[in-house]
Order: sequence, then structure tokens, then C-alpha cells
Amino acid sequence: MRESEERVDRHIFEGDRETAWCPGCGNFAIRSALIHTLSTCNIHPHEVVICSGIGQAAKMPHYLKVNGFNGLHGRALPPAIGLRAANPNLWVIVESGDGDTYGEGGNHFLHTIRRNPNIAHFVHNNRIYGLTKGQASPTTGDDIKRGLPFGSGGTTFNPILSAVAMGASFVARGFAGDKGHLQELMERALLHRGYALVDILQPCVSFNKVNTYQWYRERVYHIEDHDPADFDGALRLAREWGERIPLGVFYQEERPIFLDSFSYLKKNPLERDVRPKEYAYLLEEMK
Amino acid sequence: MDFNLVIGGEAGQGLNTLEAVLTKVLFRNGYHLFCSKDYMSRIRGGHNFVELRISTTPKRGPSQGIHLLLALNEKTLALHRERVRESGMILFNGEREEEGILSIAAERMAESLGEKRVVNTIFIGALLKMMGLGRAEVEEIFASTWKDPILSLNLKALEAGYEEVERVFSLSEREIFHDRIMLSGNEAIGLGAALAGVSFYSAYPMTPSTGIMNYLSSKQEDLGLVVEQAEDEIGAINMALGASYGGVRAMTGTSGGGFSLMNEGLGLAGITETPLVIANVQRPGPATGLPTRTEQGDLLFVINSSQGEFPLHVIAPRDAEDAFYQTFRAFNLADKYQLPVVLLSDQFLADSLIDSKQFSLEELENNRYFVEEGDYQDHYRRYQITEDGISPRAYPGQILGEVVLVDSDEHDSQGFIIEDADQRKAMVDKRARKLEKLKKEDTLEPIYEGGEEVDLLILCWGSTYGPLKEALQLLTEEGILAGLLSFNHLWPLPLKELEKRKGMSPLMITVENNSTAQLAQLIKSQLSIEFQGHILKYDGRPFYGEELYTRITQEVLSR
Repeated sequence: MRESEERVDRHIFEGDRETAWCPGCGNFAIRSALIHTLSTCNIHPHEVVICSGIGQAAKMPHYLKVNGFNGLHGRALPPAIGLRAANPNLWVIVESGDGDTYGEGGNHFLHTIRRNPNIAHFVHNNRIYGLTKGQASPTTGDDIKRGLPFGSGGTTFNPILSAVAMGASFVARGFAGDKGHLQELMERALLHRGYALVDILQPCVSFNKVNTYQWYRERVYHIEDHDPADFDGALRLAREWGERIPLGVFYQEERPIFLDSFSYLKKNPLERDVRPKEYAYLLEEMK
Repeated sequence: MDFNLVIGGEAGQGLNTLEAVLTKVLFRNGYHLFCSKDYMSRIRGGHNFVELRISTTPKRGPSQGIHLLLALNEKTLALHRERVRESGMILFNGEREEEGILSIAAERMAESLGEKRVVNTIFIGALLKMMGLGRAEVEEIFASTWKDPILSLNLKALEAGYEEVERVFSLSEREIFHDRIMLSGNEAIGLGAALAGVSFYSAYPMTPSTGIMNYLSSKQEDLGLVVEQAEDEIGAINMALGASYGGVRAMTGTSGGGFSLMNEGLGLAGITETPLVIANVQRPGPATGLPTRTEQGDLLFVINSSQGEFPLHVIAPRDAEDAFYQTFRAFNLADKYQLPVVLLSDQFLADSLIDSKQFSLEELENNRYFVEEGDYQDHYRRYQITEDGISPRAYPGQILGEVVLVDSDEHDSQGFIIEDADQRKAMVDKRARKLEKLKKEDTLEPIYEGGEEVDLLILCWGSTYGPLKEALQLLTEEGILAGLLSFNHLWPLPLKELEKRKGMSPLMITVENNSTAQLAQLIKSQLSIEFQGHILKYDGRPFYGEELYTRITQEVLSR
């Protein structure tokens, strides 16, 4: 695989913080892939914002030197949308976990797909609640649920299938144990014009004893011979899980983005300098 | 002159159109207006009415006695007939023969003109004639709204209505106002936000707050701002916080139910120290309550909202004029102190249309308070500990090579998560110092109106001010001296004026549109003080001046 050239010294992204992640956690590889992606895309720390919710994945902005909005659990997407409107010159990335995105934040996930803002969304999907020590998440598999002390009815949520079906303009799956491929997906997601979801299979070494690195390695394969513009094909691929798990881009299309609805904006909202006395005509309308 | 026109009918009968045309005509004829709405939470049927108080001096509340009642249906007649004054008139839509009622078979007349929908135009003609006003203004409004054949049809209907009745009252033509404007409370908040440079407004539609979003979205292209309808109120407040973090002025608006959903986001604004203006246009709760009606039931909830302790500023505007200036000011204060500011309005204020002295824009200035490059040592630190608690605020990308990290977890001066005891305490203290500074520098004391020696001191907050002013005048006419202390800044609670005034009368009461006297409770939590009574109303309706006068004399003074 081609390794893209790093254009910004990766060391400037390094924070001086000790992480709270367990040794061997999939988050380390995701972090490293993210730094590589920023560097190859020639993005400097002050030009990018990482929005996150709450959970182990959501601590990402603390472990990098970038702008960060570490908000509420489940609410990583809405601030990113507001930020997009405020200053379209920034790069906006959302980092969140499966509970944050598909559980607590499900409604925002649905409507972000509909709005199609120019945001790259990297979901660290470890299929378990790590920070609260091992409860089921919406993506927890049936095989794991049986062994959990807490109840969780219903079937396993399939984020890829849902995102494709709901009309997301970029849907991909990566694997924390396949960093080169993940970097490639992250770069494509970041450069995609619109909402780009990358669901990342992330082994949780402490609480998910089923979906281990080994378990994934025996099953994952790279999607080939699939046209990302093929919606029906994407739906078929998205349903594949179990013996074989596809990695790569399932679906991609160009369609109007969130800010296109506001094409009347003559300048970046951040540059507005409003002097009240210039708006006397608004009072005249009330006469 | 003080003339009260009431129009009632079913939802869907075109009350809003009637109101819009008549208020414009009357305003352009040089009359002061106070126009309030009473509507049900439905699209068709039920009973709705508008009250148009037309006067030669400004009034700030509705009046009980009716001079002219237009009953578009039987129900209006049944419900409002007893409020019609002896010298008053009833105009009825139909063919009812009864003393004291003037019936117009407007639907039949409209059919003969070939268009059923001109019923309301016929009534506009009839009302103008009965009140003694000419048709020129309304013809001008029609000409600017419609083209032929709709225009000529409506002009014919107007004439037909005009010819159908006799002149009864004499609202003679007055000199037109040059220095007054007409607007509702919701429009005033929208206008205040627009002039404060709001660039992002996100909200979920919720009665009675939606008018703010309507105003701003009608101006979004002209002003270059983004109005986004969020998927829910949680999304709305979090989007607005993202925009504010990004460096623009952001706002959200809702009513009590939506505000409940926004609570966690409010705390997020508090701990991340992100400026935000939130309008809570109150309606009676709990839960869905009475969606289209009024109450001041959220005061203590809003002041104590969201878990944990953080500084928050709460303002309750008195009327549309005050709402404009307070909204404008709220944005500057949110930026100066980096905290959430809640505008506590209510349905009565939001939906009442008044005329007001044209706002003075000359003195208004927007101040953003962003850090200047170099105004910090070594590296930029978003939460640098300072003497007054206000840390240097930058937006992402503002300073080359520096990053801005904000966090809902407790954090250190750079925004990194921490859990150690000393830094936690230092951050709580830092945030609290902002409120102390706000208290000293920017909190507005309540306004006192009345003499230095009074029989009764009345305390109120927010929109009850208008009806109380009227009650005070009625009391004065009866030789009862009362003073009114009206609060619009409620948190932090200003105490100086109150401490000065509290001993001036042996009788001190609060007047509130709620059932538990929340202002009195709030004051008692801050000051050793006793009240001798409360006038409370919690049936979902606003106070009338006359009603307050009666209740004050009966429930307070005669005891």
C-alpha cells in the first residue's frame, strides 16, 4: 500500500499528555492514523477542530495539539455543525464512540446525514461501553450480550447499513488493526465534500473479550470490485458480517452540503462587523 | 381617548389578517396600540380572540371593558358579551335580530361579490366606518399587497362593508407618528439579536417562542446570518454553542419544555465559558401545560437550571421596548463575561403588539472582547486564572500556532481534563468571580415608580409591569398611594434599591403570573424580608389593569 507523504511535521500534533487508554487499546492506532492524515493533508493544528462527546474515544482532542470542543455525551455532532456555519475555513473532525454516536446521539446522527455538513466523522466502534466498564452498546453483538450482567434487548445496530440507507454521502469501515488502510480511508473522508462517516472497528482489550484483534484479523478483507456509486451494491455489502467483514468505502456520492443552503452568505460569518446604526431600515419596516 | 376593540372567532376565520390590517391602519392614523392575542392550540375551530386597545396616550396592557365587539361566531357573543360597555356596540357576523346587536350578513354579501373569502374585508370596512375612520389608509395597504383582480374585489368588499353601517364612534384622524414603530415582544427580541450581530440562530419550533425564529429567518438573507431548525432542543443549544466557540454570536430560543431539554447544554456553556443568549418564552407548565397561554412559572427553575454551580445571567424584559434593549445588551454581557444569558419572556409579552418610541441606535455598540495577540504570557491559555475570573477568549484559528481547547470535564488553564482537588477549586472560584464582577458592574437595579411616601409597595418582574402601571394609575385616582418596584435583572439579583425601599411602606406585596410567588421566594433567599401578601394569577391568562386594581383593593388594602 502507498504511504502518503507527510507534509506537516507530525511532532507538532503531539500533546504532552499521558493518555487514559489501556495498553493495547485500538485508540492508539486511530490516533496515530489521524496524525498521519492531518499531516499528509497539510493541515496545521490551528486550522482544524476536533469535536467530541464523552467516552474514551472522545478524549482524543486532549491527546493531540489541535483545537478541540470536548462537549457532552452524545452531542459531538451538533457543535460541529454550528462551527461549520460560523467559520467555513476550518477543518472539522468529529471523534466519538459507538455509544456516543449510535446510542445517546442517535437523533443527531440521523439528522447530520440529512444535512450533509462538510465533516469527517471517525467513530471508534469497540462494540462495548468501555468508560463505564463493560455494558452493552447499540453495536454489541448477540454473542457478547449473553455474557453481560446488564440487560440489553433488541438486535445489534448496523451503522454502515443504516448510514447508507439513510443517504449518507460517504460511508466507510476501517479497522484499528489495519492502520495503513485506515489512514487511506481517513484521508478520503476528510477530503470528501459532505458528511463522511468512517466506522472504525476498534478492539477493546479490557471489556470486549470476543471482538479481539485476532477475531477481526480472521474475518476482515478489503472491498474490491465494488463501485462506491452503486447504492444497491453498497446495501448488499453493508449486510455482510460474521465469517467475512468488508473494510473500505461502501458508498460515496456528491450532493449539496449543509452550507449550500446558505449560499446567500456573502462572507464568512466570522468576519461580520455589525454596526447597529447602519440598520435603521429595519425600524422603518415597523412603521 | 381609550377605545377597546375585540374581535373573536374560530381558528381559521382569518383573525390574524384582520388584526394585521387594522393595527397598521390605526397606527398610521396616529393611534397608540396595545394588541394582545388569546388563541388555542389548534389550527381550525375553537375560540380565539384579539384585543385591540386604541388610545391617544400609550397603554401597556389590555383593558376589560369593550367598546366595540366583532363577533365572527356565536361563541364570541356568548363569551364576551358581558364585557361590552353600556355605550358599546356589538357587530355580529350573521343574521341575528336582537337589540344591541348590529348584524351583517357578510357571507351572503361576499357571495354576491363572487368570492367568499372577502368576508373579513367587508368587516374591515364596517369597523372603520363605525369607528369614524376613513378608507384611504387601508386602500393604500391593499394596493401594496394585491394586484387586480384580487385588489378590485377587495376594494369593492371594503366599500360594501363601509356602506353597510353608520358611523358610531369618532376616532378622528390624528397626526401620523414619525418617531414611533410597532412590534411584538418576539419581534423585539429578534430585532435586538439582529442588531447585536447574531450570526447563528438554531431552534426547534415551540409556541410561543417561534416568532423569534420567524423574524430572524425572514431577515437571514438580507443580514447574512444562518437560521437552522434543529432536530430537537438539545441539538439546537449544542449547535449554537459550536457556532459561538467558532467565534460568532449565537442564540437559541424555546419555551419551558425545550428549555428543560437544553439544561445540560446550559451547563456546558457554563463550564466551557462559551457565550450564549437563550430566550425562554414562558408558557404554563409543567410538561406540555397550556401551549398557547401565558405564565411566569419558570423563574426559579431557570435560575437554578442545570446540575452543578456556574455563573448565569437571567433577564426578564418588561415590554417589547425593554426586550429590544435587553436582548442587545445580553449579547455584550455574554461576550464580556463568557457565560450564558437567559432572556425570560412569556407569551403575553411575546405576542402583544405595541407601538413604541423609535429605538435609538446611535449609542448601541457591539463589543466582542476577544483576546488580542500578545495579551498573554508565553502560550495562549483558554482558561488562564485571572483576578476577575475572565480568561482570554480566542476562537479557533485566531492566533497562528495556538489552539483553543474547551471541555465539559473540569479542566486546567489549557482546557485539559483534570481531576485534582486544587485545580478544581481554582476553576470553580475563577468562574464564580465573573458573577461577582457582573453584579458590581453590569446588573441593573429594579426601576422604582411612585412617590417617596406610599401606602403600598408592589414588587413585580418582567411583563406584569404594563398592567401594574395601569393599576397604579387607577389606585392614584382613588387617592391610594402605591409604589412599584419592577425587576428585570433577576440573576444575579440586584439588592441595593430593594434594601433602600423595603422599609418605606408597612404593606409590601408581589404581583406575579404564577401560583407560588417565585419572586418573593427568590428575594427571601437573599434578604431578610417579609411580604404582607401576593396577588397571583395562574389560569394561563395575563393580568388586566382593572383586575389588578380590584384585587389589590379587595385582597390587600381592605384586610
